[in-house]
Amino acid sequence: MDLLVFWIVAPISVGAGILMLLQRNAVHSALFLILSQFTLAVMFALLGAHFLAAAQVIVYAGAIMVLFLFVIMFLGVDRREALIEPLRGQRGLAIGLGALLVAVVFVAIRLGVGLATAPGPAPRGDNVEAVGRTLFTKYFFPFEVTSILLIVAAIAAMVLARRRARGVPDTEVFEEPEPEREVVP
Amino acid sequence: MRTPIAYFLILSGLLFAIGTVGVLVRRNALVIFMSIELQLNAVNLSLIAFSRQLGGVDGQVLAFFSIVVAAAEVVVGLAIIVAIFRKRASANVDDVSLLKW
Repeated sequence: MDLLVFWIVAPISVGAGILMLLQRNAVHSALFLILSQFTLAVMFALLGAHFLAAAQVIVYAGAIMVLFLFVIMFLGVDRREALIEPLRGQRGLAIGLGALLVAVVFVAIRLGVGLATAPGPAPRGDNVEAVGRTLFTKYFFPFEVTSILLIVAAIAAMVLARRRARGVPDTEVFEEPEPEREVVP
Repeated sequence: MRTPIAYFLILSGLLFAIGTVGVLVRRNALVIFMSIELQLNAVNLSLIAFSRQLGGVDGQVLAFFSIVVAAAEVVVGLAIIVAIFRKRASANVDDVSLLKW
């Protein structure tokens, strides 16, 4: 049953990833990425991480991708992505190196884990409770630090995306100050 | 029947490679960003797979932190992209080559 679900969902996941790269329209890319993230949530559930499966759907497919779509709509869908390569042969080289990466990962997994190792038994009890207990005892300090990180990120986003006041040129910061004129006696 | 853990790791490697190729090939800053998200997701999958293999939830907690950091990163990165777009009217990474040697 497990294996069947895996073999149904895994090709969808990889296919959605590849299709994401092939879309010329950024909105379509975002939609395929959402599909890929849903399939990953299924994978998390298969692995017994129910809390993270929910978090994946809510945080990634919900919040983050909506933010992405907002920005895409805000910037306007840019269809004229240049097909010229600034570096010649970059595209082919990139795909070749990607294939090499897959091969290396495959060999590493084969040597390290083995292809047929069955996972250990799922930890007993409620997954959400276990994650919460670990998070609020063993990892309490990092958890609090992430809250600071989120505040800093929110403020940084506001500062970065703020529109400058009217009348003040946007490039103000980067302009060199005018050299002082010599006073002619 | 239980799925061998290696299958999840291979899927994770495949998705990570797709994300890497996306970062290298695409020129639209937003799509590059989405590819980075795909890479982060792939790593989360392998973290959770290993956490299952070891029988604890520490890997899941680490994946949770990685999701939080990814959210913060997306917020700041998208703000930077918006700021660059205001200045250059383009989301193409080739237009932002001021620091190029």
